[in-house]
Amino acid sequence: MYVTPARRAKKAVETVIKGILIASSTVAILTTAGIVASLLFEALRFFGEIPMTDFLFGVEWSPQTAIRADQVGASGSFGAVPLFAGTLLISAIALLVATPVGLFAAIYLAEYAHASVRNWVKPILEILAGIPTVVYGFFAALVVAPWLRGTGEAVGLDVSSESALAAGLVMGIMITPLISSLSDDVINAVPQAMRDGSFGLGATKSETIRNVVLPAALPGIMGGLLLAASRAIGETMIVVMAAGLAANLTANPLQAVTTVTVQIVTLLTGDQEFDSAKTLAAFALGLMLFVTTLVLNVIALHIVKKYREQYD
Amino acid sequence: MTDSLSKSERIQAGLAKRYRAEKRFRLYGIVAIAVAVSFLAVMLTAIGVRGVGAFQQTHVALTVTFDEQHIQDNDWQGIVKAAMRETFPDVGNRRDKRALYKLMSSGAGFDLQNMYRDDASLAGQVRTIWLPSSDDIDMLMKGAIDRNAPEDDRRVTDQEISWVDQWLANDAIELQFNTRLFTSGDSREPELAGILGAFMGSLLSLSVCFLLSFPLGIMTAVYLEEFAPKNKWTDLIEVNINNLAAVPSIVFGLLGLAVFLNFFMLPRSAPVVGGMVLALMTLPTIIIAARAALRAVPPSIREAAFGMGASQVQTVLHHVLPLAMPGMLTGTIIGMAQALGESAPLLMIGMVAFIVDIPASFVDPATALPVQIYLWADSPERAFSERTAAAIIVLVGFLIVMNLVAVILRRRFEQRW
Repeated sequence: MYVTPARRAKKAVETVIKGILIASSTVAILTTAGIVASLLFEALRFFGEIPMTDFLFGVEWSPQTAIRADQVGASGSFGAVPLFAGTLLISAIALLVATPVGLFAAIYLAEYAHASVRNWVKPILEILAGIPTVVYGFFAALVVAPWLRGTGEAVGLDVSSESALAAGLVMGIMITPLISSLSDDVINAVPQAMRDGSFGLGATKSETIRNVVLPAALPGIMGGLLLAASRAIGETMIVVMAAGLAANLTANPLQAVTTVTVQIVTLLTGDQEFDSAKTLAAFALGLMLFVTTLVLNVIALHIVKKYREQYD
Repeated sequence: MTDSLSKSERIQAGLAKRYRAEKRFRLYGIVAIAVAVSFLAVMLTAIGVRGVGAFQQTHVALTVTFDEQHIQDNDWQGIVKAAMRETFPDVGNRRDKRALYKLMSSGAGFDLQNMYRDDASLAGQVRTIWLPSSDDIDMLMKGAIDRNAPEDDRRVTDQEISWVDQWLANDAIELQFNTRLFTSGDSREPELAGILGAFMGSLLSLSVCFLLSFPLGIMTAVYLEEFAPKNKWTDLIEVNINNLAAVPSIVFGLLGLAVFLNFFMLPRSAPVVGGMVLALMTLPTIIIAARAALRAVPPSIREAAFGMGASQVQTVLHHVLPLAMPGMLTGTIIGMAQALGESAPLLMIGMVAFIVDIPASFVDPATALPVQIYLWADSPERAFSERTAAAIIVLVGFLIVMNLVAVILRRRFEQRW
């Protein structure tokens, strides 16, 4: 009695459920659209007040807004070059630490280590990846930075207590597991036949790794490094807690530098009216950050995907 | 002949070099792993050593009189002060008295007030009660302040030390378990500050995050794996999800600020907004894990269901989804653990204020556990740095539990087809 061709309850239910599923899958698109729209909208308002060239190429960053309208230096200056330079400096230090450590760890785990060693070391590296960045920040600010300062004093170097080196070192350890696990994957994906061929010609294990495995895995490793770089550039808590606040255009890792993310946080925490150039500047910085990391990610994912297809 | 001999000699000589290179190369790998592991060990020990002290707090046994006058004036700290004057009757001038009062925490009066509220018959009675000392005395008792340092270099004076020594001689001062750390909200006084407020904030945000991201993530994964045709649109969604997984977390905070707070006018500092931002951030993690779980279900299951006349939706809901659920839950727990440790986006939406009250609803102002760590790490007092480390121990403890649950779930329900 209930089951008649005219009712077709099943079909209706299926359509509705499918509709719900499609709707939920658009949330991902909406999120991206929301990010792009909000960043672009606020950044354009910012560029309405401050010329884009001043922002991109200016070398002075002092975003104080005046309390009185006639105050000297009321407009503030929004040259973001010192922030970009600081971000690059800290990320470069992080990558200099993480690349050798992560890569050699991955090579050892993939090619040399016994299964039992692997089973112990891999989870430990994963712990490093799972520790909240605020913990790294606390460690960098409270242990690493004073230690570097003390060591610097002992050998006669003037190390700032918010040195780029401290933040970079700790950030390097943070992104090490990212590099090691991605490299591990691509090294394992290199076909065994290639190694066997090299061994057959009399090469030692390390010669095989250096001359056969690594060149074959290089694109995948590069993809992993790009992803790690994008993580380092976007990392916030470590630099907020351990890097400086004042813009400083320098390549000296012993001095304090500030980064894009640090400035976004300092501009947007605390109470201030939303329309000032100061708060809008945070969105312009956010846009730069988003675009940079997006480009790095797209290239990295493309390389990794292409590399996978090669051996599939 | 001689020629070939010298050739094999050359090979022999080169061999030793090559073997050395081999050993060196292997050593690099071991060194790299040792660097990473020892860094982890140093970091966890440094934080553990710093934080373990905060689980104890110095308390002083004071003989207090609940006299009517003070109760009427609601001057509970006055009762503490009177008790201090009685304990050290020879302290005369005003300045010394003020220094004496500073030995005790300003929260000691609140303790008395709470006791009186629970039991009004205390009025007029004399009791000996363990009350919290100030943070400087606490640090002195824990050995963080060097008694032998010159007086000007330390935060407690010689006189204060002599008072503490009198208490010590009478066994009237000791370290007790620091219950306040787990039962109170934030405070400007380190000895009164606790993580309950931040913990509740995290709990509320995570519930919102879970309620949003779990169903949305699973529905998206089911659609992409089971229903979606392979076309431009689904390609776009896929690329999107992969990219969102790698967008810096602070950008999600900017999104929350611009869209949720300024456009939809949702309240600042509220766990509901924090949960929404965290949900958007964890969504890609959950989707990627859920898709892997769905892909692991063999096609034979689906074909069998279809063969029995089940529709596509029935097949998915009755057969594929239950089999993929453990994998999806594992991914979700890992996503939640990430969200619990995340602080940058919460800074953007104002969950970084000094909040004493413990949040009770989704719209009350709140912070979260990692943000509380960030706030305390900024405070100059030595006692706060100890509490920061203690809060980190609690946070990492939660993360370990969550990850262990995920691992156990995976081991227990993992099926090889």
